[in-house]
Amino acid sequence: MPGKLKAKIVAGRHLPVMDRASDLTDAFVEVKFGNTTFKTDVCPKSLNPQWNSEWFKFEVDDEDLQDEPLQITVLDHDTYSANDAIGKVYIDIDPLLYSEAASVISGWFPIYDTIHGIRGEINVIVKVELFNDLNRFRQSSCGVKFFCTTCIPQCYRATLVHGFVEELVVNEDPEYQWIDRIRTPRASNEARQRLISLMSGELQRKIGLKVLEMGGNAVVGYLQCFDLEGESGLVVRAIGTACTLDKLSSGSAPNTNTHMPVFVEDLPSSSGPPTPFRALPTSSSPPPFSPSKPCSRQSSSSDTDLSLTPKTGKNTWPRPSFPFSSLPSPTLHIGEFPFFTLTSFPPGFLLHVGGVVSARSVKLLDRIHNPDEPETRDAWWEEIRQEIKSHARALGCHAVVGYSESTSICEEVCILSASGTAAILNPRYMREGCLDIGCTDHRFEEPSPPNCGFCHIPYDELNMPFPAQLTYCYHCRRQKVPDVLFTTIDLPSEAAVAGKGCLIQARLCRLKKKAQGEANATAISNLLPFMEYELHTQLMNKLKLRSMNALFGLHIQISVGENMLLGLASATGVYLTALPAPGGIQIAGKTPGDLSSEHISSIQKRINDTIAVNKELYQINPPELAEEGVGSPIPEPRHRSRLFRSHSESSDELSELDLSHGKKDAFVLEIDDTDAVEDIHSLLIDAPPPTGFYSCNTENMPGISNWTSGVQMFTSVRVLRLSNANLTNQGLNKIFTDLCENLLKSFYFKLRSMIPCCLCHLNFTVAVPEEELIQVTVTAVAMTYDKEQTQEKTAEKPINKGSLEAEEQLQFPLELCADSSSSNIQTASKISGIINSASVDYGSFADRCSTWLELLRLKAHTIRRGSVKTISSLERCSPLQEGRSRSLRSSRSFGGSSVTVVKMTPLSFLPGTRIIKYLGIINMFFIRETTSLREEGGVSGFLHSFIAEVFAMVRAHVAALGGNAVVSYSMKECVFMENPNKNQAQCLINVSGDAVICISETDQESSASTANTGQTGGSETDGAT
Amino acid sequence: MSVELDVFVGNTTIMDEEVYQLWLDGYTVNDAVKVRMEGGVMDECEASKDVLLSDTMDQYRTFQMCERLLHSPAKLANQLLFQIPPHRQIMLIERYYAFDDTFVREVLGKKLSKGTKKDLDDISAKTSVTLKSCRRQFDNFKRVFKVVEELKGPLVENIRQHFLLSDKLARDYAAIVFFANNRFETGKRKLQYLSFQDFAFCAGQLISNWTVGAVDNMVEDMDVDLDKEFLQELKELKILITDKDLLDQHKSLVCTALRGKTKVFIEMEGSFKNLSRGLINIAANISLPLRLYPCRSDRWSAADMKLYLTHYTNSAHILDTFKHQVVWDRYMGVVKSCIFKMYHD
Repeated sequence: MPGKLKAKIVAGRHLPVMDRASDLTDAFVEVKFGNTTFKTDVCPKSLNPQWNSEWFKFEVDDEDLQDEPLQITVLDHDTYSANDAIGKVYIDIDPLLYSEAASVISGWFPIYDTIHGIRGEINVIVKVELFNDLNRFRQSSCGVKFFCTTCIPQCYRATLVHGFVEELVVNEDPEYQWIDRIRTPRASNEARQRLISLMSGELQRKIGLKVLEMGGNAVVGYLQCFDLEGESGLVVRAIGTACTLDKLSSGSAPNTNTHMPVFVEDLPSSSGPPTPFRALPTSSSPPPFSPSKPCSRQSSSSDTDLSLTPKTGKNTWPRPSFPFSSLPSPTLHIGEFPFFTLTSFPPGFLLHVGGVVSARSVKLLDRIHNPDEPETRDAWWEEIRQEIKSHARALGCHAVVGYSESTSICEEVCILSASGTAAILNPRYMREGCLDIGCTDHRFEEPSPPNCGFCHIPYDELNMPFPAQLTYCYHCRRQKVPDVLFTTIDLPSEAAVAGKGCLIQARLCRLKKKAQGEANATAISNLLPFMEYELHTQLMNKLKLRSMNALFGLHIQISVGENMLLGLASATGVYLTALPAPGGIQIAGKTPGDLSSEHISSIQKRINDTIAVNKELYQINPPELAEEGVGSPIPEPRHRSRLFRSHSESSDELSELDLSHGKKDAFVLEIDDTDAVEDIHSLLIDAPPPTGFYSCNTENMPGISNWTSGVQMFTSVRVLRLSNANLTNQGLNKIFTDLCENLLKSFYFKLRSMIPCCLCHLNFTVAVPEEELIQVTVTAVAMTYDKEQTQEKTAEKPINKGSLEAEEQLQFPLELCADSSSSNIQTASKISGIINSASVDYGSFADRCSTWLELLRLKAHTIRRGSVKTISSLERCSPLQEGRSRSLRSSRSFGGSSVTVVKMTPLSFLPGTRIIKYLGIINMFFIRETTSLREEGGVSGFLHSFIAEVFAMVRAHVAALGGNAVVSYSMKECVFMENPNKNQAQCLINVSGDAVICISETDQESSASTANTGQTGGSETDGAT
Repeated sequence: MSVELDVFVGNTTIMDEEVYQLWLDGYTVNDAVKVRMEGGVMDECEASKDVLLSDTMDQYRTFQMCERLLHSPAKLANQLLFQIPPHRQIMLIERYYAFDDTFVREVLGKKLSKGTKKDLDDISAKTSVTLKSCRRQFDNFKRVFKVVEELKGPLVENIRQHFLLSDKLARDYAAIVFFANNRFETGKRKLQYLSFQDFAFCAGQLISNWTVGAVDNMVEDMDVDLDKEFLQELKELKILITDKDLLDQHKSLVCTALRGKTKVFIEMEGSFKNLSRGLINIAANISLPLRLYPCRSDRWSAADMKLYLTHYTNSAHILDTFKHQVVWDRYMGVVKSCIFKMYHD
């Protein structure tokens, strides 16, 4: 009996008219949790009722608190017939269950009805009193924090990363139960919403239990998905990364890079007690520097440490037990999948990246017989994960980062997909047993600078898993790098890049014969490899066309429909200076001396021109040039060191290096038939974004970091009907490509007022809802940036890097020590300063929270005051003024409430602000249905208002938690079905994100910040005010 | 192949002021696209016609969804569906309630009834304001009228508070409500040359001087209903024309004052009786204060008119048998300023 839930219904406003005769409503409210229901009094004849109810108290298990939502139903009282429902509000109690998050939920919630949409608002207050339960065998996992964010959340630091957690629960879909034939659409929708809410709660609780078992206290990169399998049931599954997070005392976050995860070693908190972590290296090799050395930069290059001391070798790794031995030892399965759903990591975490690993399998759905034992689905995923794991191992990697899973379902066929990036991680951050020990490689011990280390190949060059051209790293010249690098993660912050990044998409349609059952599944699985190959080729060509050599945030989606498969690969292309420059694209005719040779050369010219234009557009200058252009004295030591190293290398290798440098095998495209010509044309179709725009699908835009405060998150949905019955693959490709390109063009046009601006985290989702329909859903955020500072930034970057490297290589431990400690003192003093300022800041934040209404009212007020003068005699009206305004207020009577501005972004940060508190996860599922489609403005009108309503409900929940922003927002599902003949449509939307409080960044930055970031911060606050 | 569905929803509602104006002006989506294309917006972002069409449709849908809220602007500020920054809200409201002078001129003083609404297509044809826009404007008048009808307190203030309008626009609406309430006809051919702003000024004068609200600002309809007592008292001014002595005395006083100061003195002197009768008759049956037209003469300049009226008013004070000085001032003050306003080309 460890919890008491209290709810109070305060008031309603803007209620719909339920009684046509009086144009009014007699509203009352039912508050339900579990099986207990309370009712308020009826507030007769009012569209703005004031209930001001007592506190309704529910005494419940914390298990139920986690699973169940609080259900609030607003009804219209009817003396003679049944009461009419106005709508419902579901409130997820979860954020109230951990101490650091929200303490109360209080605010206006839209009253939602699945048939009519939002119908007025209701003001509710909810509180939870939790009693501590020390039961070892408890079923609840209260207190485990969940984050959608795929990096370590700001204002936290990770002391340990435990590893992969997954869970799935299944149930029958209410829409397909026999009872659905006799109940109303509304009842059916509500049953579904409620069930999914329950299932997500249960899922989250079960994952939480696993995390507790592992000794963690949080799940980061929590990704929850629904599989609407139709007849065979409803699956809710989730994956995430279990971590132990420590909260940084608010205001003391010394992290300058706002969106970089804070790991323990980034903390210059010299005063704090040593974390278990820091003591770690001493177990094998004596620390080369003073143990007090806390600065992140040195410790991140732990490899350097190792190279300086005698190589004690592999036996020291993995490290023997951590100081966490008091915790229960991890159960066996933990290490089974060394997967991480995180996409960005602190410096030094990621040692090497192998490449993208992915696996797909086609399954036939059958009815889930026993919902309590979802073995089949579990086994399917298990299979896929094993495959991913073995792929990673083939790349010489022991971990998979940026891992995600997805499905595509059409009738009884289901494609399960998983993908991630094979990588080698720094074991220092890992829990023992988390990673596979077997694949230790000599490479780990070699020093590798942080800005190119992750590019170095983790696999054996003699035993390469796939053909690749290796060259020596263009940065350190010490290790081999591949010619291109594909990954699913974000660009590491320390990576050296040239120019800007850009969104690259490969799009593909493949027709398929209609079939049933096994034959269908076989046909699909036969097509899959070809699609993957073609998508890959397209990506490669487009990458080269943009003169880039690496892809980040790669996401390949293959969607199945009855008569076609759609493939869409999105990624952010970038030029990594550590990798060789990409060669051009060569066009070759099948038969030399053909008549078409002229044609070929014209295509060749177009391609070359495009490459040149793109180089200009994305400001890709050869890195050597960039370095010299800076003219800083720092690169000197690096040159020296490079020379120094090349001495030790054999001349043989040197010449090989030169050879490969000069050769740069061009990519050859053969034109052997019209198809190939089409392909090349389609390559060239992609229009670059208009001037002033950039685009990417990752968290960070390579080459841009000086964001200003303009943020606009948007969702766009487009559905295309293919009328032409006999379409070819080529024709379909063209249509699909145009669809995506036109969407992008529309975005640029709509957001033109934000120029200069970058579309970040462009997330495209494709679906084939019906035989001849293609649906593309996009969610992204447009952010403004300061054009002026871009140049400065890039210029300064190498200097920092250079100095860092020089310090490492010159080995001045003493100086370093002094340096870092002095900087520590500085930061320490700064910290106290920041704490002070933070409180001030908080106040100003509250000020800023003053909302539009207040502003409007303020305006009205000043006008009123002004108007007094216009009335002829002042004495006459002034005593009456009050009475007059009173009469006005009573006629308006919307209560004194205000609407908080809530920003939303799919990124983990909001530019110009610092997150001071995470209030909990937002995970909402809505169904909307209509039987009067035409009256609601057709399909577009229907969906437009539904999406707007979903946004409104998310914002209202965040505001009620006391937050002012949603980060890592995503729309996981947007399933749209229509039947225009019956004038009907239905749509399901699932959204998630982290509710946060963020405050505007003050001018005070920690000592580590460069003048540049300070400047940026300044300009951002300017922009905000 | 056709686009079945196409929506774009921003967390902060995106609204283009130009498109908003086109929507308000009653353009169809296709016409709006044409106008925008001609406006050269396509060059801005390498947009195509399709892009423009999609954008226009999105915006039109947004405006349609907002329209419900704009009917009670206070709701716009505390609704949750659209996140619209405050300055945008003000813009939306202000433009929604803005009207065409040519249109308002047609309905000014008419009853805001269904009957009038049926005539809107004629008015639309006459004014070349689209029917859609006419309907919106007409409905706005009606809505404002309905809301303030039942409210106590000053009219302009009520309108401003209820519809969150600017001072200027609130005053215009007050004039419209005033005219609609009192059914002052403004459609007479002789009055055609007057603009809405002329009438709005007169209404403002009347509201602040002749209504119930001018003496007591706690009554309902204080600013739309004329002060009945005052109207009664006005009848007594007739003495100025019915009493022969008073009339002559008045005339000689005015003529003495005017002599030598104007070129049209002879005419003034000759028409004194008519003019005075006109002015006083208006007072007697105030239903149409805008019959002031007789005062208008082609040869009189505005300055002449001013001069004449000033002396006409002041002279009455000197008449010892004339006892209605307060009413006289309250009456002539408004009449004077109204006539000045109307006395233009």
